[in-house]
Amino acid sequence: MDTNTTAHHGNRKVMNRFDVTQRLVARLHKNEAVIGGIGNTNFDLWMAGQRPQNFYMLGSMGLACPIALGVALAQPGRGVVALEGDGSLLMQLSCLATIGTLKPKNLLILVMDNACYQITGSQPTATASNVDLVGVARASGLESSHWAADEPSFEHLVERCLAEPGPHLIAVRIDGKSATGSTERDPVAIRQRFMRGISTAA
Amino acid sequence: MDAAASRPWHVVLHAVLKSNKVRLFTYVPDRVLTPLIKIAHDDPDLLTLVATREEEALGIVTGAYMGGMLGVVAMQTSGFATIPNALASLAVPYQIPLLMIVSERGTLGEFNLGQAMVCRTMRPVLDALGIETHTITRLDELEFIADRSIQQAVMTQAPVALILSPLLTGGKVFRS
Repeated sequence: MDTNTTAHHGNRKVMNRFDVTQRLVARLHKNEAVIGGIGNTNFDLWMAGQRPQNFYMLGSMGLACPIALGVALAQPGRGVVALEGDGSLLMQLSCLATIGTLKPKNLLILVMDNACYQITGSQPTATASNVDLVGVARASGLESSHWAADEPSFEHLVERCLAEPGPHLIAVRIDGKSATGSTERDPVAIRQRFMRGISTAA
Repeated sequence: MDAAASRPWHVVLHAVLKSNKVRLFTYVPDRVLTPLIKIAHDDPDLLTLVATREEEALGIVTGAYMGGMLGVVAMQTSGFATIPNALASLAVPYQIPLLMIVSERGTLGEFNLGQAMVCRTMRPVLDALGIETHTITRLDELEFIADRSIQQAVMTQAPVALILSPLLTGGKVFRS
């Protein structure tokens, strides 16, 4: 069931997570760190190419943005991208308040909003009714928060947000399709590769 | 008198954090921790920030560690009770030297039943996860325990919990 039909979206196109993730990865030219939230967000990140600068969460739902914030604070010279689903962001929504207060210039949050908890059986999230995550982010102090209208709009937003001081948030409406694969399941291997991947200057 | 024993607990603990190259101090506020939080905010070489939830702080410190910055999460007992999932699915399996400072409420004169109940869950959770834990009761032992524990956490890539007993801090007492 595609629950992504909320009125506030107007004519925004419903895109595909894997396709959008590939478009993001193709625009990472400066060894940007990417923190993938649990589930399908992570799985499609893995399938889009196993960059050593990618970190994959295997639990701790909702912590992709806080982890990305930590990396961004430790390495202010490196761009950092948090990939989250709508359900995950809703679980730790107050992290937007912290990020909106600290305003790290090198942080971009990308929200894949399919308006449901897809991996557990597509139960609707609050974004299926009237919650607009871009509106929440703006009200939390992330003034540069945007809905992508379609794929070209998404690509333009990514390029702009990676080039200009943030923090930024881009939200994308996505369909209800499952991920195209899944990550490896070795936490220590994931951490060690990521730490090596971001150990040299960006 | 030992030089360390002449300084208050928060001054000793701050010095230990500094000597162990801790550069990030995250916290969710607590009355007992207030002097430590103040000294952290006043230290220009320490990045000090308030988190909205303890597991958010845990995530921030995890990311910072992977980026090369060692950090600590300071919280009270009830805050600790909100983080077992993040410990079990992030800090422990990914082998993160997560430094936790927990101000202990719920014992030695607690006036709030809820705090007393939640306190009883803390050590069983830490034990179940196999996390190195020390309860610090004496000022003259604080520097040794904190310093060695942080070193061990970093060298063995494992979380550690330093529980600050009311015997050390004075705790929070009921005032009518």
